[in-house]
Amino acid sequence: MTFSPTSLFGRLDDVQSDAGYAEDHPPRMGFFTDTSICIGCKACEVACKEWNMVPDDGFMLTGMSYDNSQSLNASTWRHVAFIEKPVDVPVPAGSGPSPAASGTDLGMPSVGVPQLPLIGDQEAPSGDGGIRWLMSSDVCKHCTHAGCLDNCPTGALFRTEFGTVVVQPDICNGCGYCVPSCPYGVIDVRHDDGRAWKCTMCYDRLKVGETPMCAKACPTESIQFGELTELRERADRRVEELHAQGVEVARLYGRDPEDGVGGDGAFFLLLDEPEVYGLPPDPIVTTRDLGSIWKHVGMAAGGMVALGVASFFGRRK
Amino acid sequence: MSGGSHQGSGGGAGRGEQSMVPSAEPQKYDSYYGRPVIKAPVWKTPDVPLYLFLGGMAGGSSLLAEGAAATGRPGLERVARLAAASGAMGGTVFLVHDLGRPERFLHMLRVLKPTSALSVGTYILSAFAGASSGAAALEVTGWFPRLKRVAGLGAAATGPWLATYTAALLGNTAVPAWHEGHKELPFVFAGSGAAAAAGIGMLLAPTAEHGPAIRMALAGGTAELVASELMERNLATGHGVDLAEPYHQGRTGRVMRAAKGLTVAGHLLTLLGLKWPWLRRLAGASYVAGSVSLRFGIFEGGKASANDPKYTVVPQKARAAARGERKQSGSLA
Repeated sequence: MTFSPTSLFGRLDDVQSDAGYAEDHPPRMGFFTDTSICIGCKACEVACKEWNMVPDDGFMLTGMSYDNSQSLNASTWRHVAFIEKPVDVPVPAGSGPSPAASGTDLGMPSVGVPQLPLIGDQEAPSGDGGIRWLMSSDVCKHCTHAGCLDNCPTGALFRTEFGTVVVQPDICNGCGYCVPSCPYGVIDVRHDDGRAWKCTMCYDRLKVGETPMCAKACPTESIQFGELTELRERADRRVEELHAQGVEVARLYGRDPEDGVGGDGAFFLLLDEPEVYGLPPDPIVTTRDLGSIWKHVGMAAGGMVALGVASFFGRRK
Repeated sequence: MSGGSHQGSGGGAGRGEQSMVPSAEPQKYDSYYGRPVIKAPVWKTPDVPLYLFLGGMAGGSSLLAEGAAATGRPGLERVARLAAASGAMGGTVFLVHDLGRPERFLHMLRVLKPTSALSVGTYILSAFAGASSGAAALEVTGWFPRLKRVAGLGAAATGPWLATYTAALLGNTAVPAWHEGHKELPFVFAGSGAAAAAGIGMLLAPTAEHGPAIRMALAGGTAELVASELMERNLATGHGVDLAEPYHQGRTGRVMRAAKGLTVAGHLLTLLGLKWPWLRRLAGASYVAGSVSLRFGIFEGGKASANDPKYTVVPQKARAAARGERKQSGSLA
């Protein structure tokens, strides 16, 4: 284990070496989820459950959208978000916002071309009537600086040789500290089981050189798996391409190695603000402030000793 | 439900509208169908709030016990030693009961991780529990009085950390009302722990030996009130949204107000108790109840701040916008 000034916060280019792996460790692997070509088929959710033998999460109908798995949690390691949004976000120059679709029957939207990548097309009359559909397959971000990992008291959460973050179910004692430590609200405790669970990026498959199930099952290659450095280049090209096509709302999320978590091992191309997808707009790993936190705890503990000692001075009674 | 992501307290979200200055208008923000962005702690009530209380009370009691031993107040010493040991024992039971897999409690001790407040805290608790229960056992049996003092000093050395590390435990999470209060929270817990320990002393020790407990209660309770006030003020400003709001609303708001009221009542009864000593028993009970209420309030307020996406999204948008502005003005300069 090495400890560098950027072990807790800031840019960290070799996360495996920082965690103690020898120099000849495999490259850092990751996901690039390009939501502009997600069709919301949920093959990733299903494939993940089948391969990892994740139990069902309730078979509930939410009524809010086609999204019935609702969020990432202990038994949902890929989650497809569906956002039906009136077109009021800035759209590419030349197209202008579509007329408000007041009173449009949303019902079942007509079958047609997935709404993107050409948002400009929405000017044309369509069955979608001014409604913009966003779909995105969310997953654990496998952060460079992972709050869950740093806060886990048992060592159940660990950094793999691929730079991913994995829970060891035989070690986890269900203390639950990882749950509020995650700035993305990913990891959760499975209540009938008592332990914490999340995406492993199919660690078992990575070990034998296979692609994680979700990426394997994705029919549009919205979920791309590979070496993180290569994925970042690919994502940069993709976002340039979309900008050239006039889709100026396209932006990368979690790609920047200088961001509050040192960049995500699983990052995204989004077509709206992150919070629209349920993602935090500016996540910062909580352990950035670890020094300040303990400094204040130390001062308070010292103050308490002083207060205790002082209480025994004075008039005896 | 019609489509579209949920908006905050009304209206469409527009970019570039966020400012660092909190406005009187309702905050506008986007979210995914109003769902939380982060997950609230799955820690159980009352296990964890009571654990927080017992750690503070036990830590304060260990100081009171050593002081009483050093200044020859055997009645106060006995009460404080037993309070420290019962706090450590009770706290350990609650901590283990809160685990999803209690039989794996010892997995906490398979590593020591300085980055994890819970790991560090488990070692603090283990050391404190050993020392304080040893001291209490020797107190009751009357055996080895010198060894008792050694054990008692061990408890007094670790006790203040036990009382305050829990602020690091809560502060080092993504929960907005905890994390953004991490500078003041240790002082809130230290003051509250001291007041609770002194409260137990006033409640159970002979009135002739109350002197140190009275001073500790007045100082600790005041520290708690001042630190809470500072924390709430700092949470209220500079985040684009009032992060102290979850501590003021609904049942949690009533619990937090009760905590303050009980501590203030403890002060009044203590001062009146200078004349009528029996009132100090009531004062002691009031401090203890105030300290318990405070932990429930802090715990529930933090959970509420995690469950409403507003407290995660708005401060982060404001932060990012401010950073963008700084960058821009930096490049112009």
